[in-house]
Parts: sequence; structure tokens; C-alpha cells
Amino acid sequence: MNTAVASLAGSPAVATGKAEALCLHCATPVATGERFCCTGCAGAHALIRGLGLDSYYQLRAAGRPVGEIEDERIAWGEFVQVSEGRCRAELIVDGMHCAACLWLIEHALRAHPAVVRAQVSATTRRLVLEWKGDAGLIDELAGTVSRLGYRCLPLTPDAVEQAGMAEEKSLLRAMGVAGFAAANIMLLSVSVWSGHVGDMGTWTRDLMHAVSAVIAIPAIAYAGLPFFRSAASALRRGRSNMDVPISIGVILATAVSLAEMLQSGPHAYFDAAVTLLFFLLIGRYLETRARGYARRTAQQLLAWTAQPVSVETDAGVVQRPAQRVAIGDRVVLAAGERIPVDGFVLSGQSAIDASLVSGETLPQPVAPGDRVFAGAINIDAPLRLQVTATGAATLIGGIVRLMEAAEQGRSRFVRLSEKVARYYAPVVHLTALLSFLGWMLIGDADWRSALLIAAAVLIITCPCALALAVPAVQVAASSRLMKSGILMKSATALERAAAIDTIVFDKTGTLTVGRPRLVNAAGEDGENLQLAARLALRSRHPLCRALVAAAGPGVLPLEGVEEVPGQGMRWIGGDGEWRLGHARFTGATAAMSDGCSELWFSRPGAPPHRFRFQDDLRPDATETVAELKRRGLKLLVLSGDRPDAVRSAAEATGIADWRAGVDPQAKADAIAGLKASGHRVLMVGDGLNDAVALTLADASLSPASGIDIAQNAADAVFQGDRLAAVPEFLDAACASRRLAIQNLALALVYNLIAVPLAIAGMVTPLVAAIAMSGSSLLVVGNALRLGRLRLGRG
Amino acid sequence: MSILLLLIPAALALGLLGMAGFLWALKRNQFEDLEGAAQRVLFDDADAALRARRQ
Repeated sequence: MNTAVASLAGSPAVATGKAEALCLHCATPVATGERFCCTGCAGAHALIRGLGLDSYYQLRAAGRPVGEIEDERIAWGEFVQVSEGRCRAELIVDGMHCAACLWLIEHALRAHPAVVRAQVSATTRRLVLEWKGDAGLIDELAGTVSRLGYRCLPLTPDAVEQAGMAEEKSLLRAMGVAGFAAANIMLLSVSVWSGHVGDMGTWTRDLMHAVSAVIAIPAIAYAGLPFFRSAASALRRGRSNMDVPISIGVILATAVSLAEMLQSGPHAYFDAAVTLLFFLLIGRYLETRARGYARRTAQQLLAWTAQPVSVETDAGVVQRPAQRVAIGDRVVLAAGERIPVDGFVLSGQSAIDASLVSGETLPQPVAPGDRVFAGAINIDAPLRLQVTATGAATLIGGIVRLMEAAEQGRSRFVRLSEKVARYYAPVVHLTALLSFLGWMLIGDADWRSALLIAAAVLIITCPCALALAVPAVQVAASSRLMKSGILMKSATALERAAAIDTIVFDKTGTLTVGRPRLVNAAGEDGENLQLAARLALRSRHPLCRALVAAAGPGVLPLEGVEEVPGQGMRWIGGDGEWRLGHARFTGATAAMSDGCSELWFSRPGAPPHRFRFQDDLRPDATETVAELKRRGLKLLVLSGDRPDAVRSAAEATGIADWRAGVDPQAKADAIAGLKASGHRVLMVGDGLNDAVALTLADASLSPASGIDIAQNAADAVFQGDRLAAVPEFLDAACASRRLAIQNLALALVYNLIAVPLAIAGMVTPLVAAIAMSGSSLLVVGNALRLGRLRLGRG
Repeated sequence: MSILLLLIPAALALGLLGMAGFLWALKRNQFEDLEGAAQRVLFDDADAALRARRQ
């Protein structure tokens, strides 16, 4: 909780008296005497106080700026569903940071008397709104959200996504049922096992078995459905998958146990069948959910291209739904609007923030003839565009499509345990069949005891150790990595990462911290800096903000500073004109190319002064790169940034191989090319332009500062400024591969001992229970050794 | 051992109660936004003031 911000909000008088003033709403530094940095913040602050929601300022974390306010013209009416006098709409809310944002949006909306339900999901960033009365109210409600400083977009739920969510839910339901059944049957089984040692009567044992059957059969029929369905569809197409042996094993174990129970026999394996289903469902649910998140965030990107567009026609400018905009149409774009189409500039000069698309951190100047892409924000001045692509055909639509394709490719990855199971399952089934026939034909047993021995073979070889061997290692590795601030998102990532020989880094935000910093502040007389900061105070450009930050507190504002779109700031003082901006704008001779971003400052009676900015490397980047090189990994930088900026970052860290100006498609192609030439690639990146590459690579990492879409596309997310997370992740991957193989070997040894006993008919359920839990404990214990592993240094 | 006739149904009934609770929560979409639910716990006290304003 930030008491400074809270007290500022409570008593504006205190704020005005302070030397270092912060905007009352967004907490960016403002000129002394000012209360707000812009009219948008002033409006938002007034709205929040007017609704009596001041506690927002206490709830939110220190100095977290909320998004900037923009006017967006969306035909909300189309997205409202009306039923029985109730209206409902779903919105994507962009720019939420924390719990306070959630609270503010919900409470501001609930303050409206017609609103019945306003619920924001922190996970999916979606707002569900329900209200009574007029459907047209949506304009007012959406307006409230955007006046608070959040951008909102209408959401049209698509069929694929809804099917995905329904599948997630049904898996979770199956998991709940299997969990209930497994726990209760295990309870009964434990008493039956102890009864074998003690003096449990036949009647009691039969009762236990009967109760187990009553629970197990419906539970298996329901919870096993996902596996049975998948196995059946594979068999129908004449193929086999992991679900076939699972289904056979479960059904056979159930059938045999049922026959046993009816004939009052001593053995029943309901517990094994249900517990197996329960464990398998947990894994399957987690995988489905991770894939669902990635798909949903990708879909949200497409919402940018579904907004109404202002199209120029003979009859003037009209609003048109995005689907009805044709290629070649001329589109008008106001300052501050997000570009909804791909196209090129016909007229107007502005700067666009294309960080979402290209990864470039600084706004790019655009002039007639330049290409712009959907998803970028037009910052400075109105533009007229000629449309070259809309909707799914835009670059951003292409990225979403590529991600979906790459995601499917990844789900075809064959796990270690599946590879083993592919050979293991037929051997087990064959052994069971042979022991049945052997006892029938050679051993002269009746069919009932022969079948029982066959079932014992199946059960004792059954998956317990095998099913646990790899997942136990994965769980142990995930919790070990979590302690180092690395959050695993995919169960198979560690296996995929173990064989890595090439690492591809993004530059901005990955090798570097992603924020510009003034580098030549020291050694100045400070006067230029102080004066330039007074001009910079009026701009929201990242370089200007960095300049103000470098100048320190107490910068005095200037009256009448004017921003020239795409050029810089200008102020007419008593002694002439002051300018801050591009080299050409300030009259400096030429831009230098030393890899730094620059701002020039000119004033009468002094030569133009150059401020250099650099995006700092992560503090341990050089060490980490050296460590990775020492391990013999091939390192590569692929960045969408300017060549000189990429070169200086690559040289500073010691990576010889770099490419600049790479667009998202080229990044993905480069990864695909590396994979095709036999390399195993780890991608580390944080932007939308990395998303496809992250999905396509064998394994991927994203910093927690990255955008949602990158975090969802990556296998693991690392916290903090340390790049050392990369070797740590690789260490954990190698260690878990080693332990997984050890575990599989342990399971194999156990089988080599237990199976002959089972074939010989010497395994009673008690022996089976002891042997199975013993092997499981051994495997889990071995996996837990990962927790003591030292990561990062060899 | 006739006590089992009472205890087993009792144990199963408790288990079923738990499962029913889980299925009910699932049906009411309570597992959709676990992050938000964790944060929402902290908010309640401000609601009273808001309700007072609306009336």
C-alpha cells in the first residue's frame, strides 16, 4: 500500500506544496504546482472521487500508472445479447495491472443502478456485464470503463473457443469424480489388505468388494470416457495411441475384479483402475488448460482488427464494421487510436507505437508511403491510410494463425514415457495373455485362476511406477524452479529443453531491461539537462520521460511548449526558440550511429546538444552468455530493432551471431530453419513479435515483464532482472531427464522381479499392494532429490 | 462387524457431499478465475459504503 499516493489523493494541498509532485491519478512526475499530468487523468480522478471510490488509490500498488485515456469509437450495440429483458455483453479490458484495477472497474460499473452483474476475470482479462433495460446503455457503461483509463474492446465468443472451455470443464468434472472414487475405494481396499493379515471374514470382504464395485463402475464409466473416446477414434482410423493400452488395462482390470467379486474371490483391483484414471486426468486437465490460455490470449489480439473503422467515401467519412472494409479503401485515423487494418500512409505525419507488432520500443515516425500494421497505436497526429489487408489477413491475424498451427505441432511431441509405453504396453499385454494360456494349457489350471493370474500380471506391471516415474520428476523440478522464480507452464517443457543445443535471444526486454536510460548525464554541466527536461516534461515519449527522470525532481514546467508531431518539442522563449527532438528538427548536422537512441536539444547561443540513451543490458547478461558459451551452446540474437542497437547489445554480451530488423514471420522462419537443419532450439523472448517463434521452438522462456501473449506462448516464465534463469532452466531440464531415466530403470527392475512372481501365481493382492506402493515410493523419493539440486553453475 | 453397515454408508455420504460441493462450484463457474477470487477477498469492506450511496 502506498501511503504517499493515498495521502496525495486525500489532500491535494499537500501535493502542491511538495517539490517532487506526482500526478494524483497515474503518479507520473508532473511539474511543481500541477496536480495532473494530463486532462485524461484529471477526468479519471474526478470520476473516481465522484463515485466515492477513493479507496482505489489506497488499494493499488505504489506508483502503478494506469493506461492513458483515449477516445475510441466502437459500435457497441452489435455486441449486446438481449434475452428476457436482460442485456449481456462481454468485453476485453486492456491495461489492468493489479487487484485495484479489478476492484475499480467492478465498483464503478455496479454504481450504475441498471447494472445487475459486472465481473472482471483477472485471469482472462474479460469483463462480463449484465444489466436491465435498454441495450443502448452499453455505450455509457463502456464509456465509464474507458474514462477510468482502461481500453475496452467487444468480444465475440467463437465456437472453437467455447468447445475448448467445455472440454476443460468436463475434464475437471471427470477428475473430481475419479478423485472421489479413488479416495473412497482406497479406504475400503486398505481394510481388505489388512484383513488378509488379520482375520477378516469372507462376508465382510465381499461386502467391501461390493461397495467398491458400486462406486468404481459408474466412476470408471464416467471418468474414463475421455480415454475411451480417444482410443475408439484412434482404433476406428486403424491407428493406436496411448489411450488404447490405458483403456484396455482399465476395462480388463474392472471386468476381472467384477467377476472375482461375483464369485466371492479374494482379489479385486478396482482401486488400481480408478487411481490410475485419476492421475492421468490430472495431467490431461493441466495440459488442456495451458493450451486454452494460450489460444484465448491469441484470439484477443484479433479483437484489434474487428473494430469499426472510419472510412472515407464520396459522401464523407462513415463508420463501418471491419468486415465491410475493402482493400483499397481510404481510412481516417485520429491521434491516439489503435490502427485496425494493415495499410500504407496516404497523408499525414505522425509517430506510431508499433511495440506490439515489431518489438521496437521507441515510437516510429511515419510519413506518406510508409507501411503500418494493425495493432500499432497512432500517437501524434491524424493519418489517412490506404487499406491493404483487414481482419484475419492482417499481419497480426497471421501471427495468431501461425501460433495456433505451431501449438498443434507442439502437441504432437512424443514424451519419453509415451515412447517407453509404446514398447511396454504390447509386451505387458502379451505376457498376460501368455501366462493365461500357459496356465490353461500347460499348468492345468481352471480358466478362473488362469484369468486371475493374467490379471495379476497386468496389475503388477501396471502403470503405478511407470505412470509416476516421469510426472514425479516433473513436479519436483517445477517446485525447485519455482524457488528460483521460474514458473513452469507446460509439463513436457523440461523434456523438450533437455536436448537443446541452440539458444535464440530477442534483444529488447530479454537481453536488455527494456527501458531507455540517459547515459551521458554525468560529465555534463547539468544546465542543458535541466533546461531540456523542462521541455521534455510535456511529452509522453519514452525518451522524454527518461530525460525527466535523469534530471531529478523539481523540474519547472514551461508555459506554451508545443509538440510537433513526429519531430519533437518546441518553445519560444525571450531569447529565441528552444527545440528538443530529432537531429534534423533541431538543426544538428547528422544523426550519429553508435547504437544509441538520441534526442537533440538546441537553444539560441549554444550548439545543439546530443543526449544519448541506451537500453541497459540485464545486470548478469554478459556472465550468463559466457556461461552458456562455455557449455558449447550456439547463441543467436534475432531482433526487430535497428541494426546498430542490436549490434551494440550483441557485442556487449559477446554473442557473435545477430540479425536485426527481423519481423515476426522471419523470426519464426529462422527458428523453423534451425530446427530443419537438426538443431534443438530454445527461444527466449518477451514480445508479440516473438510469440510465434516461442511457440515454434523446441522449448521457450519468457521474462515476467513480457506481454501476456508471450508469457502464454512460452513454456516457462522467469521473474526478475536476472538472465541466469536460462542456464538454471537448462540445468533443471538435464537433471530431470537424468532422473526420469533412472526412475524408468527402477520401474523396470521392479518389473523384472515382480512379473515372474506374478506369472508363477505367487502374487496375492497383499504382496501386490506392498510391491506397488514400495516401487512408487522409491520412484517418488528419487525424484525428490531434485529439490536439493544446485542450479545455474555447471 | 455390523457397525460397518453404519460406518461405510456414513463415510460414503460424506464423500458424496464433498463431490457434490465440487460439482456445484464447478457449475457455478467458480474455477474460472482463481487469480481474481484470491484478490477479491480483500475488497469487501468498501461495498457497504457503495451500497449506501446507491440507496
